[in-house]
Amino acid sequence: MLNRDEDILQAAEAWQKAGHGVALATVVETWGSAPRPAGSNLVINDDGTFLGSVSGGCVEGAVVTEALDVIASGEPKLLEFGVADETAWNVGLSCGGTIRVFVEKVGQS
Amino acid sequence: MKAETLAILNTERAARRPVILVTDISDGTQRLVKAADFGADPLHAELDKQLRMGKSAMVESDGKKLFLNVYAPTARLVIIGAVHISQALAPLARSLDYDVTVVDPRTAFASPERFPDVKLIAEWPDEALPGLNIDHYTAFVAVTHDPKIDDPALLHAFEKNCFYIGALGSRKTHAKRADRLKAQGVSEADFARIKAPIGLNIGAVSPSEIAVSIMAEITAELRIPKTIPAELSKVSNP
Repeated sequence: MLNRDEDILQAAEAWQKAGHGVALATVVETWGSAPRPAGSNLVINDDGTFLGSVSGGCVEGAVVTEALDVIASGEPKLLEFGVADETAWNVGLSCGGTIRVFVEKVGQS
Repeated sequence: MKAETLAILNTERAARRPVILVTDISDGTQRLVKAADFGADPLHAELDKQLRMGKSAMVESDGKKLFLNVYAPTARLVIIGAVHISQALAPLARSLDYDVTVVDPRTAFASPERFPDVKLIAEWPDEALPGLNIDHYTAFVAVTHDPKIDDPALLHAFEKNCFYIGALGSRKTHAKRADRLKAQGVSEADFARIKAPIGLNIGAVSPSEIAVSIMAEITAELRIPKTIPAELSKVSNP
């Protein structure tokens, strides 16, 4: 179950080759009861289409929004979501954990 | 991530070769390290450890926070013999995230009724195994008790360097197996790789308990480091 992300990264490569702006989000740290382990991937293209998950649905919406910024700027971002963070609470990591998500553009020169 | 890095990552994963992506999360610089190149990498101890655990993690190196994302192939379990033990072993292995395949030429044994939801091949090992692309990330278990089926299967497992090779049978059965396989040219080193009697000794009696002992032994083989620290080896060899 933890190693079945292959289709996601293949989709990222296909999107990139088709000329889309693409970002890759990766869970890099977790504390408490995080729904997805470190290493989990979410890929996002410039249409806002995404595949995979970093939280099982809790914060994907916010990550996609940030990813569109990353695609536009080319600068990577480190996001943190947790119950202590009011914004994160609003987007709903209600399981009580905290996660850090690294978002980078695919196709950096 | 460079497009080139993603392409190599996907190629390596499709070929079932383990890689670790090392990312400096302060600026996004990264490198992809193939398992074959771990030895030459400054982080080789951390890379070895994370690959063995199959776990991605953040590490600190020279004051930098580096994320090691482990992309290891899904482990597979090939079971030779659609026997009673296999009926317990297949679902247990699946719950541990193994891709499971059962091979047995005896159609009375290899029936979908006995093995619902399991990839089942009712053919002789010589016919079935080449198509399975068995590799190092495969645990291989021969449990038919029938040399005509188990022996050729074990030869295939040696050739593919499976990380775990186990065979059912008492010490006496295993001694006879040694005679047969060595007569077919199997080396001492290869033969010594067979775990027999199969499974950790936990006093297992029922098929389900034997399945637990086999999966425990496979897990240990997958996760415990091969190199024993010097101080430990001294204790065990006074």
